[in-house]
Amino acid sequence: MTLTKTLLGAAAALALTSGAALADPAIIFDLGGKFDKSFNEAAFNGAERWAKETGGSYRDVELQSDAQREQYLRNFAEKGFNPIVMAGFSFATALETVAADFPDTKFAIIDMVVDAPNVRSVVFNEQEGSYLAGIAAAYAAKGDTVSFVGGMDIPLISKFACGYAEGFKSVKPEGKVIVNMTGTTPAAWNDPVKGGELTRAQKSAGSEVVFAAAGGTGLGVLQTAADEGMLSIGVDSNQNYLQPGSVLTSMVKRVDNAVYDAFTQGENLETGINVMGLSNDGVGVAMDEYNAALITPEMKAAIDEATAKIISGEVVVHDYMSDESCPAF
Amino acid sequence: MDYLTIIQILDSTVRLATPLLLTCLAGLFSERAGVVDIGLEGKLLAAAFLAGAAASVTGSIWIGLLAGVAGSLAFSMIHGLASITFKGDQLISGVALNFLAAGLTVVVGQSWFKLGGRTPSLPTDARFGEWNLPFSDALANVPFIGPLYHELISGHTALTYMALLAVPLSWWVLYRTRFGLRLRAVGENPSAVDTAGVSVVRLRFAALVIAGVLCGMAGTYLASLAAGFVKDMSAGRGYIALAALIFAKWRPWYALSATMLFGLLEAIGNRYQSITMGDFTIPVQFMQALPYILTVIILAGFVGKAIPPRAGGTPYVKER
Repeated sequence: MTLTKTLLGAAAALALTSGAALADPAIIFDLGGKFDKSFNEAAFNGAERWAKETGGSYRDVELQSDAQREQYLRNFAEKGFNPIVMAGFSFATALETVAADFPDTKFAIIDMVVDAPNVRSVVFNEQEGSYLAGIAAAYAAKGDTVSFVGGMDIPLISKFACGYAEGFKSVKPEGKVIVNMTGTTPAAWNDPVKGGELTRAQKSAGSEVVFAAAGGTGLGVLQTAADEGMLSIGVDSNQNYLQPGSVLTSMVKRVDNAVYDAFTQGENLETGINVMGLSNDGVGVAMDEYNAALITPEMKAAIDEATAKIISGEVVVHDYMSDESCPAF
Repeated sequence: MDYLTIIQILDSTVRLATPLLLTCLAGLFSERAGVVDIGLEGKLLAAAFLAGAAASVTGSIWIGLLAGVAGSLAFSMIHGLASITFKGDQLISGVALNFLAAGLTVVVGQSWFKLGGRTPSLPTDARFGEWNLPFSDALANVPFIGPLYHELISGHTALTYMALLAVPLSWWVLYRTRFGLRLRAVGENPSAVDTAGVSVVRLRFAALVIAGVLCGMAGTYLASLAAGFVKDMSAGRGYIALAALIFAKWRPWYALSATMLFGLLEAIGNRYQSITMGDFTIPVQFMQALPYILTVIILAGFVGKAIPPRAGGTPYVKER
């Protein structure tokens, strides 16, 4: 990896010094990589959509290690890129220092709140989308047990699990939601074998539908669910096509919209906290030709009803991160 | 906890322990010959990647297995070249291989498949199928024996049975053949072997070849189980295998029990997020850390003594 790091570093340095036009936007992807079929890829798609529609160009970079966060951020800011979008909550610490040093540059961070005058903090109401996923699972399951596989054990992932459990229990109050986390280190995002094994264990405990919010580990969950004849629910990007006929739906987080919006607003990026929820198409459940056969009319009706209630404020889905606890567990 | 649950946990144990066992035996051969192999993790990853890539292109997991073994062998030979031929530091060479594998798999994977370092998902017929042993369906409904035979003993992949067969085979090779005697001697006292007119370099390379093949099988197993390669998918299994090797005191049968124990701990951790015993709750994180804690306890000499091969870690220099 040392070799690749050097090569990538050299390539990045070359790319940066080649003199980009001023005030192009830039995006920094997190360690998952921009083709993770999930979070980062959604961000990449948003940037690509912007480039295609406006004909503009943007700069992007994939991190190779945690240490590079501040380095790339500072580098991009010095080269005059504006705005700079960061895909991932892990950039918060680096951004706090860099944002203060470049008051004229606008930054956007996804999934985290950073309190600075030139930062736009995009947060998603994942619990709302997960709530809908829970309703779908409740209608798809014949019995009363469904399950959840999380990646690394952090509050953000529990937020998914909590919304899912709440949605499920809104339909089946006596039902059971088995919640498993893959691990406590970043390796938990890329362990499909363990994800598959967790899925099998959940199946033997009676689960019929498994919701995976676990990055690369989730691919193993979806695969095993297909092997074992279970239904699964994907996350972040629309993953319905990965195992057609087995993926019930995907809880999509429109990270692409967040990036697209930030790029479109350009240097006049609106700062402050930007909440993306059901009401502004920030989250939702994916419906397409790959899962059409799995969605029953009652399920669809229940999802639509819950969507309307959440938007109108009649139903408030609990946010795990607000008090680190979940009434539905 | 009912009988069927126990069988299911044991079944999961076998699946989780298979790659550990193969990797652990790989480490056993190489360390018994006096070459410390911290690069197991890298070999696993390289093998998983090449197996996933070859299987997705050709549609045959057996060709994937060949490719995985070839990749792992290539890494083994680089390790041998650096640490045997050029007498470099074995630890540094191993660590370098781990980094090389982590980086290369993603970069090469991206340029081949344009999927961000992943390989395409393997269809069912490009993965190892489950082998049903004779009478497994007929016996499935017999009480007690039925589930045991049908769920636990039958219905694993070919590689699992190969891994289990590799244990007695390793024992036989190491303790009942001339090659095995020499291999163990080379790890204890290479100059004595050299004095007897046997090539230390050749023996150590032979050990690395065996290690490469075993690691290649383990990597292919991972790629087949997860239906493709995902970056860093070995997720530390090479290191756990190394811990198991110490736990097993560098002996084949102990390696089987150590890897099965580690597999069992993981399977229990997967099945139960936390175990409540009376007023006391064991969190799942403790279960996940237990293999390492046990290894440290063994290393510290509280339970028995783990004495590594004496010449391990030092390159052999013919004359001083």
